[in-house]
Amino acid sequence: MATINELRERIHADSSEEIVAEYLEKIEKSKLNAFITVSKESALLQAREIDSKGHEGPLAGIPIAIKDNISTKGIQTTCASKILTGYVPPYDAHVIEKLKAAGAIIIGKTNMDEFAMGSSTETSFYGPTLNPWDTKRVPGGSSGGSAAAVAGGEAPVSLGSDTGGSVRCPASFCGVVGLKPTYGVISRYGLISYANSLEQIGPFGSCVRDVATIFDVIAGHDPRDSTSVNREANYSSALKNDVKGMKIGIPQEYFGEGTDKNVERSVRDAINTLEGLGATTIDIKMPNTKYALSAYYVIAMSEASSNLARFDGMRYGLRTEDSDWHTTFSQVRAAGFGDEVKRRILLGTYALSAGYHDKYYLKALKIRTLIKQDFERAFADVDVLIAPTMPYPAFKIGEKIDDPISLFLSDVDTVPVNLAGVPSISVPCGFTNGLPIGMQIIGKHFDEASILRAAFAFEENTDFHTRQPEGS
Amino acid sequence: MIGKKDLEHIGWLARIELSDEDKEKYTPKLNSVLDYFSELDKAETEGVEPTYHVLPMSNVFREDVPTASLSQEEALSNAPKNQHGFIKAPRMM
Repeated sequence: MATINELRERIHADSSEEIVAEYLEKIEKSKLNAFITVSKESALLQAREIDSKGHEGPLAGIPIAIKDNISTKGIQTTCASKILTGYVPPYDAHVIEKLKAAGAIIIGKTNMDEFAMGSSTETSFYGPTLNPWDTKRVPGGSSGGSAAAVAGGEAPVSLGSDTGGSVRCPASFCGVVGLKPTYGVISRYGLISYANSLEQIGPFGSCVRDVATIFDVIAGHDPRDSTSVNREANYSSALKNDVKGMKIGIPQEYFGEGTDKNVERSVRDAINTLEGLGATTIDIKMPNTKYALSAYYVIAMSEASSNLARFDGMRYGLRTEDSDWHTTFSQVRAAGFGDEVKRRILLGTYALSAGYHDKYYLKALKIRTLIKQDFERAFADVDVLIAPTMPYPAFKIGEKIDDPISLFLSDVDTVPVNLAGVPSISVPCGFTNGLPIGMQIIGKHFDEASILRAAFAFEENTDFHTRQPEGS
Repeated sequence: MIGKKDLEHIGWLARIELSDEDKEKYTPKLNSVLDYFSELDKAETEGVEPTYHVLPMSNVFREDVPTASLSQEEALSNAPKNQHGFIKAPRMM
């Protein structure tokens, strides 16, 4: 794994084209299935252009991999679904415009759970991505391809999206850094919606500095996303190896039943490390955490049932044999969506339907208020919260896929963050049986600076982030 | 509890055609998730306002100024069926 700074030196000494060609070769030889589409020709072309222009821009010549639910002009974007196979967006997402303007080179589109619905990248129409640390295990999800690509050395940095943990979970399982920013900080224009009130695009990298560098490029106001906020910030300047006086809250509910003992020990050791560097800690109670999973899934599925109504085979995507209007749509969607997507749309439709709306959807939104208040109370006393990202390390492929509840339960520590819209970063903090463990550092709305600083200070004083899987 | 008849109705609302095999396969899984959702009933939410969006934003307006958009060719480039510069839909009836 090379950092952006290391690559910049090599790009100046050699060329971006050489670097890009090396990554493309690595992807070609890989068995991880981290990519759905590799944009070899356009990447090499872009690299040559940047080489001839003299490497201007903060990411000049740096290759980046993009989750396949983020629209890339001229490059197939499938959401890992049969229904969008062959879809080539005629426009770029806001984040892609920003990356290109900064000189970054899109090397390909990464594998994911179909429409980002999952925590293991097993529901992809294109087959599962393998975890670089143990290819019998999942890389986490839904942005599994983006995390595995960075961990496996197939891209130095990548973008994912996080609706209920979809950046932090695979970051944790693959031993890389992943950031879910505050809701509204990054424009969702061009991100194909799953649950629009919960999701944010977020960067992956092999170190906190790289994640902050990408974040600085892609954050910012965009009038095309009405939930985009207008704030100026320089996140890289927050990276200080200093946590003296920082108040860390330890939410008791995040270390509950079902948390692997080694995961708990590693995260508590990491907190002790930060204490040793001058931070103070305090136990925090967040009593509504126990309702977060149910509330999250009701809201996510309800929003999904509405957002995915656009896939009807008319303007884009799969089209089956024409019959009458409603039958055609029903058949297109039956043929194009996978089982998990169908189940979530069906449940969301049910939760919003007459007679059940108040029982499920409205109730979940009220619980969302309670969970948000838990965070507000906690942040009245502390600067950041620290907890495990995932309750356990990467599980085996096939282990949980047939039991929806068991798979949902793996999101227990990540979904409250999306319900409250606060930022959170997952950083490597240990290993168990050769598998990485991630800790998440959660901040208050728009205080990415504090979580980046805590993550950076931890990284500067430990070496977990430097370990690499064999062959990467 | 969702029965097969309910599932048929939901499938119609969601415009997803379900085969008998789908119905057989989905019913127990959907019911196990709904059963899990009954957890929500335990939360005390009397007098609590719902949160639709986390940020206090509403009615974001902008000036009504037209900007560049996709060309007709671009807009049609992914439509599986199109004719005379239009997207072709299935018949209504």
